[in-house]
Amino acid sequence: MLPDQILFYVLGALAVGASLLVIGQKNPIHSVLWLIASFAGLSGLYILLDAPFVAVIQIIIYAGAIMVLFLFVVMLLNAGHEDTGEDEARPVSVHRSAIRFGALLSGVLVVELVWALVSAGTLGGVFGSTATLPPAVSSVRTIGRALFTDYAFAFEVTSILILVAMVGAVVLARREATHPAQATDTGARLPGPAEPALRVEVGDEQAERVF
Amino acid sequence: MLNQYLILSAVLFSIGTLGVFVRRNLITILLSIEIMLNAVNLTFVAAGRAYGAVDGQIIVFFVMTVAAAEAAVGLAIVIALFRHRASLDPDAFTSLKW
Repeated sequence: MLPDQILFYVLGALAVGASLLVIGQKNPIHSVLWLIASFAGLSGLYILLDAPFVAVIQIIIYAGAIMVLFLFVVMLLNAGHEDTGEDEARPVSVHRSAIRFGALLSGVLVVELVWALVSAGTLGGVFGSTATLPPAVSSVRTIGRALFTDYAFAFEVTSILILVAMVGAVVLARREATHPAQATDTGARLPGPAEPALRVEVGDEQAERVF
Repeated sequence: MLNQYLILSAVLFSIGTLGVFVRRNLITILLSIEIMLNAVNLTFVAAGRAYGAVDGQIIVFFVMTVAAAEAAVGLAIVIALFRHRASLDPDAFTSLKW
């Protein structure tokens, strides 16, 4: 067996196993950390596919930036565990059957996808045979040249997308001021009766913080 | 050899779908969406490698940007919802107005 094949199976098993652990954990912090492990496996797969630039930005942007954002929110909300839902009004059996239906649907999805790929493989494969593989395009110079010439418009639109997302996130996460006078002194304001205050534990002391 | 990347990507996408269906935590659902986006990224890179084109890797760049924007807006919505209900269960947010 070729070393590429062995590496593919090891990294693919890492990605699949870590992804399964992401959706299997009770604690969201553990889910985020397992997702970083899954991204590491995918990054190795990108290197196997002769795309080192994608592998590097996978680590820098995904594992470094987006996952840190998730970790911030998980720790900000202090949601260490999932709600069991037993004190809800609806019966638990409805929830169980809904979960079974969802698991059945995703099982059907994986069967369909793999069946489609395998049936395409009997016709010579989706990508044809490996013997006629074209030379790899892996230099950052080529990627940058294509990005700033052929895809320049999409690149600029992407910057507008990021700007809109940033403004939208600020607007959404901003606390609504009930009175204009109170909006000015948000620092020393006591929690109003309509807005539940969140308890954020910082070390030993328990600071009541309104955000 | 590149076809097995597609099968791996299909399995990863289904794992993400499973997470969206069965989990009852908004943050875990967002993480499952990230798994699905990464499965699609793997498909793009494999296709770009198969055709010897640079476009696959560039599309991955755009998908990552969209994922970052989606995570920022989604987490802001999660924070705003948590402020109202003090819960992360999506079943707690069944009414549009309260």
